Amino acid sequence: MASDLSELYQEILLEHNRRPRNFRKVDGATHQADGYNPLCGDQISLQLVVGAGTGRVDDAAFQGQGCAISRASASMLTQAVKGGCTADAMAMFDEFHRMLTDPDAELDLDLLGDLEMLAGVIAYPTRIKCAILPWHTLKAALDGDGTATTE
Amino acid sequence: MTTTTAANRYHGRGAHGLEALNVGRIRQDFPILHQEINGKPLVYLDNAATTQKPQAVIDAICDYYVRNNANVHRGVHTLSQRATDDFEAARESVRRFINAPSADEVIYVRGTTEALNLVAGSYGRQFFQAGDEVIVTEMEHHSNIVPWQILRQEIGITLRVIPFNDDGELLLDQFEGMLNDRTRLVSVVHQSNALGTLNPVQAMAELAHARGVPVMIDAAQSVAHTPIDVQDLGIDFMAFSGHKLYGPTGIGVLWGRADLLNAMPPYQSGGEMIRSVTFEETLYNVLPHKFEAGTPDIAGVIGLGAAIEYLESIGMERIISYEQALLRYGAERLGGIEGVRLIGTAANKGGVLSFVMDAAHAHDIGTILDAEGIAVRTGHHCAQPVMARYDIAATARASLAFYNTTDEIDALVKAIDRVIEVFG
Repeated sequence: MASDLSELYQEILLEHNRRPRNFRKVDGATHQADGYNPLCGDQISLQLVVGAGTGRVDDAAFQGQGCAISRASASMLTQAVKGGCTADAMAMFDEFHRMLTDPDAELDLDLLGDLEMLAGVIAYPTRIKCAILPWHTLKAALDGDGTATTE
Repeated sequence: MTTTTAANRYHGRGAHGLEALNVGRIRQDFPILHQEINGKPLVYLDNAATTQKPQAVIDAICDYYVRNNANVHRGVHTLSQRATDDFEAARESVRRFINAPSADEVIYVRGTTEALNLVAGSYGRQFFQAGDEVIVTEMEHHSNIVPWQILRQEIGITLRVIPFNDDGELLLDQFEGMLNDRTRLVSVVHQSNALGTLNPVQAMAELAHARGVPVMIDAAQSVAHTPIDVQDLGIDFMAFSGHKLYGPTGIGVLWGRADLLNAMPPYQSGGEMIRSVTFEETLYNVLPHKFEAGTPDIAGVIGLGAAIEYLESIGMERIISYEQALLRYGAERLGGIEGVRLIGTAANKGGVLSFVMDAAHAHDIGTILDAEGIAVRTGHHCAQPVMARYDIAATARASLAFYNTTDEIDALVKAIDRVIEVFG
């Protein structure tokens, strides 16, 4: 395990944890899902407003409770997917997943943007599910599954 | 915090408190403790999850496989006789340790969970009817909740739950009011894994017995941290695991009163548990074999026996006196940190320091502590109703054993300061 905690708890992560973006309910959500990490008790609710004709994510917000990593990850997710189309969001899901599961992956850093700040989590195997929970929840919301778990 | 009953009981009998043990000497018995984690000396404070194993236990298991491995109760050959002798000697060690009237009442199972399931599945299915009531507490581990919910689905029993106060102490007057003509069993945790609370099971058994209701205790935590005399406590069933008693995983014990066990149908069936089998009829074996179908975890049993002998060689009185003093020290140190709140402040408790912090979520605390070499448990501790009671998602839990030291508590406090530093 990486011993340098500052790789994990980067300032930008701590800042998102302290002041999560889009931490609210949205009006007129078209997609939503709840995500659970049954081992930790972490729970998030994610809501999206996707334009009917455009397929564009016009709004994204979350609520719930969890550790700094899941909270910051959810906060960054809402910023990342807002304004793009759902296909972009799914591409980000795939890239984010690769970033945290394949240490040798050549990553599309343009696509990831700020999400790259969570790359340090890969050195903490027990915490990967914290970072990924919001993204599984996003996928469940877009797939119309309603709930996601990390187990 | 005042001294607890458990510690008081032994005061005046030689050295007590932190002087009760030569902890440096004790630590030499546990090889795993002497390593570095992330460049720091390991500080193992996750003893409520599982305890570490002394060399005596490791050697006993090794010796069994190197010299005596054979199936038990089956062969006439020498190895089988040796294995059987050691296997049954361990049963006598368990009997002595909990002061059961007879070793035949000591049933080997996989662990506390299986023991609780055995009683629910055998005693419950045989004797409970729709509308009957089982009483548990609000601080149960899930393993003493779910088996009864399954019976609720199958049979239609009712589950009654004794609440606790903000310190984590059961409201006994409410328990008394719950006992009625439909109560069939009281099944309570002796020491809460999430809070550390030691519940007054002796007084509860008296109240239950006054209504003719048997009492089972989940002693998974308490067995290693408080003296247990099943006859003195006046209980009817007791469940515990070897691995929380410095023994191996995969082995545990159900102790039950012989008259109750004799009245119960077998839980699993197959070899060992029969007296005779024809295709027309099978006669069941006597206790304890009736409940021990199949080849048991022989090495696990022998390891458990070795663990008990090891603890007896030190003396449970000294162990408990030391742990209680360490707990008082830890509660004082942790309680003194601004932004740290202890969850579970019962007057009578075992060595559990569950806490939450304003600055950080339990999992972040756990990760930062691990970077400092400190192992604690974080999460809901398989006791989600306890978390709900305090309206929290998770706690960080430092749980003590007699090989822990005040230096290790100091290291924990220093690491908590680091958490505050990171999260500001």
